[in-house]
Amino acid sequence: MKFGVVVFPGSNCDHDTYYVLKEVYKLEVDYIWHKETTLSSYDCIILPGGFSYGDYMRSGAIARFSPVMQSVIKFAHQGGLVLGICNGFQILMEAGLLPGAMLRNKKLKFICQDVHIRVEDIHTPFTTLCRKGEVLRLPIAHKDGNYFADVPKMEELKKNNQIIFRYCTPDGALTEEANLNGSLDYVAGICNLERNVLGLMPHPERYAESILGNEDGKRIFDSIINYLSKEK
Amino acid sequence: MKEPEVNLTTALEQGLTEDEYQRILKLLGRVPTFTELGIFALMWSEHCSYKSSRALLKQFPTKGERVIQGPGENAGVVDIGDGLAVVFKIESHNHPSFIEPYQGAATGVGGILRDVFTMGARPIASLNSLRFGSFDHPKTRWLVEGVVAGIGDYGNCMGVPTVGGEIYFHPSYNGNILVNAFTLGIAPRDRIFRGRASGVGNPVFYVGSKTGRDGIHGAGLLASAEFDETSEEKRPTVQVGDPFMEKLLLEACLELMETGCLVGIQDMGAAGLSSSSFEMAGRGETGIVMELSRVPCREPGMTPYELMLSESQERMLLIATKGAEEKVKRIFEKWDLEAVVIGEVTDDGMVTVLKDGNIAAQLPAEPLSTSALFYHRPMRKPGYLKDIARFEPASVPIPSDMNQVLKELLSSPNIASKEWVYRQYDYTVRNNTVLLPGSDAAVIRIKGTTKALGLTVDGNSRYCHLHPQRGGMLVVAEAARNLSCCGATPLALTDCLNFGNPEKPEIMWLFDQCIKGMSQACQVLGIPVVSGNVSFYNETFGSPIYPTPTVGMVGLLDDCRKHCAQLFKEEGDIILLLGETRDELGGSEYLSVVHELERGEPPTLDLPLEKGVQETCRELIGRGLVHSAHDCSEGGLAVALAECCFHPQRSIGASMELKSSSIREDAFLFGESQSRILVSVPRQRMKETERLLDKSSIPWEVIGRVGGEALRVTCGGEVLIDHPIKELHHLWSTALERLLFSKEDD
Repeated sequence: MKFGVVVFPGSNCDHDTYYVLKEVYKLEVDYIWHKETTLSSYDCIILPGGFSYGDYMRSGAIARFSPVMQSVIKFAHQGGLVLGICNGFQILMEAGLLPGAMLRNKKLKFICQDVHIRVEDIHTPFTTLCRKGEVLRLPIAHKDGNYFADVPKMEELKKNNQIIFRYCTPDGALTEEANLNGSLDYVAGICNLERNVLGLMPHPERYAESILGNEDGKRIFDSIINYLSKEK
Repeated sequence: MKEPEVNLTTALEQGLTEDEYQRILKLLGRVPTFTELGIFALMWSEHCSYKSSRALLKQFPTKGERVIQGPGENAGVVDIGDGLAVVFKIESHNHPSFIEPYQGAATGVGGILRDVFTMGARPIASLNSLRFGSFDHPKTRWLVEGVVAGIGDYGNCMGVPTVGGEIYFHPSYNGNILVNAFTLGIAPRDRIFRGRASGVGNPVFYVGSKTGRDGIHGAGLLASAEFDETSEEKRPTVQVGDPFMEKLLLEACLELMETGCLVGIQDMGAAGLSSSSFEMAGRGETGIVMELSRVPCREPGMTPYELMLSESQERMLLIATKGAEEKVKRIFEKWDLEAVVIGEVTDDGMVTVLKDGNIAAQLPAEPLSTSALFYHRPMRKPGYLKDIARFEPASVPIPSDMNQVLKELLSSPNIASKEWVYRQYDYTVRNNTVLLPGSDAAVIRIKGTTKALGLTVDGNSRYCHLHPQRGGMLVVAEAARNLSCCGATPLALTDCLNFGNPEKPEIMWLFDQCIKGMSQACQVLGIPVVSGNVSFYNETFGSPIYPTPTVGMVGLLDDCRKHCAQLFKEEGDIILLLGETRDELGGSEYLSVVHELERGEPPTLDLPLEKGVQETCRELIGRGLVHSAHDCSEGGLAVALAECCFHPQRSIGASMELKSSSIREDAFLFGESQSRILVSVPRQRMKETERLLDKSSIPWEVIGRVGGEALRVTCGGEVLIDHPIKELHHLWSTALERLLFSKEDD
């Protein structure tokens, strides 16, 4: 089982993601420089958080032109697992692997805070070990995390159970107060129609060790590892 | 292009004095070129030369077993074992931030990050200390919003967590805010890089962003003069930051440092190409020759004067080993950055600046860097101190409703929660943050070890205004106490000394007194000063800020799991007070907020007692006897007790019962007696705790119990405070946002 963490100029959660896979899970993991194009040896590609290309113009808008992205798209179309966290999620939308776009947070400011998200669907490789309705506490750290898609697109997402995580209160209720960035329909994470590409705004890699006071992020990594080990 | 003629008038326009101009003539034995004059003006400016402060800074203790690098380099370096070192420094960016808050604060963060990573360390945490004017000043809100956004956007983009800090509001900063930025990095202890040019014939590289016309005279004219009605016109001297460029520069530099090809490196911060070349040649006791036509430029037609004085950001000057040129270029190319050989190291002690082969400047390195001029400025005790110390507590009525006083204090901007600010900073990136902002100190674990670091920045300018020497002691003591409350043993500190115009004898006296006080506390507590920064001329229209020494202190925990937080954990835990409460009201936040008085002497400080309290606290934490520890500072015992109750998810109440008190009720509740720490102890650990405390020499007492829905304080059966904790928590956590946006109509 081998993971690849893509490094764009300006990625800054690449080290954190790599650390969790390598040191917490003791798995095989490589950094993949954004100019590389061979991904065939990997089982899961992670686009980490950060400010790729400074997020200039629009979050993720320049990164999608990096050479590696054509390979990521091909990798995804062949059924490989692709996880985009925060800026990685934004890049996946810009690259057309996930629908929708991110607007600026409703209060127009960067927000760094723990949030709660509810697992809406467990039929993805990223949530195999979660319970439906389970609430995870994870940190967000972004300025552009206010999810938006047009009405037909939202209908489609709902119809196909592509909304995987929603912002909620600690006991799982969907409220405007819990939806800090103002996302449409409380969307915190979605997957593609084929369910092998997932993007989410909160950072599971930041809460994957007991010394940091919370291991909820492990629920997602555990699920991926569980899925990959069964698949092999 | 012909340069303007140089004479006394042009020298004065550049910010030099007549005496300084005469010195230049004598030193060179000729009239300097215009470019040379500009270089002198910058390198001899207060900001770059420390000419007013250097003699006095020698009072600081700078040595210690763990100190690898003390003051004089880009940052201080301290050994933390496991083959690792921490590299840290605090620096001011006050004047630019007042003129242009967003860019000023952003480039302040950019500058301190570069100071740390030039030494070979990866930055892993930042803090900041901010001072704004009063809330009713028309500029305050604009400044707060701009500064906070600037710090956030730069640090967040860099992926360096901003894990803590402090903010105070006071009218003395109405015309001159303070933005002090601190960064800490981590490096292999035997691979520290320094800003030295060595190895004759080694190539001198220019790397990073292109040079433009921004920031010319930022250090000389903006940072080394008071504000007046022309200040707004100086906006073009503020640099513009590009954190993405800096992120690339960081990664490229760290990659280069792995190769063994790097000899020396210095960031082009204040005074840009001038300071980096002269200081590297000065420290290396060598020389540098460079050709300006090779410098990557953002715009055509830049003169030698502009190129040498520009403060364009995200640039570095570095010396590589001869023969490694291609290797260096390849690394920077990978990160889409320019790396150009612009010169080489010589042995003539001169910095020679060529433009298209012609000499534009040729000056000795030493008198412009390591032994730049310095002054023994005259000092005089300010007259205001005589009057302000006079304070009759009896003249202050004791309020009848202490609930109301507590609410007022918790809602006052200096005590209220700063969450509105720190939630705009990414404080969890790099997944090391164990103790979050809002704690006495931040705690970050060190990957690959069992260890953790405690980090804090502190300052109390009211204390320093009232009694500068004691104020200086108090700031060091409080920083150390904050670290001790999270279980960390203080290692070393970095200081940022923000004062008014040093040409005024009163300001110099205050400066000297603060240093004396800080040094005394450092000596007794065993904490060396390893780096620092002085910011003078913090005045507007002749009115100075309060003397504001800020301390950034770093502590070490051998076992990260044994860190401690300020929040109460369990109902039924016993609350103990380490140290003792004295009848002291002078200089307190309570006097200022409730009685609108800033008078009297600040609280006394018994340094051996302070040391004892801190050591005892750390021992209690190390042995796992306490559930929480929190120091009493602004707002005194009552506010400290309330803060222990404010758990973000679930507030928990507490009650404090005293049989009798020999001191005034308001002094007892809100006085700011020093060397006091509140700890909570589980009932079953009380015996062991008592044994340990009885063996120590410090005073202590059981003062209450954790639990209930209210904060309740009684004395001799009389109820002084009794209020639902949830309501107090709400007031405290929402006050800052309310104060900032109360005039908005939404």
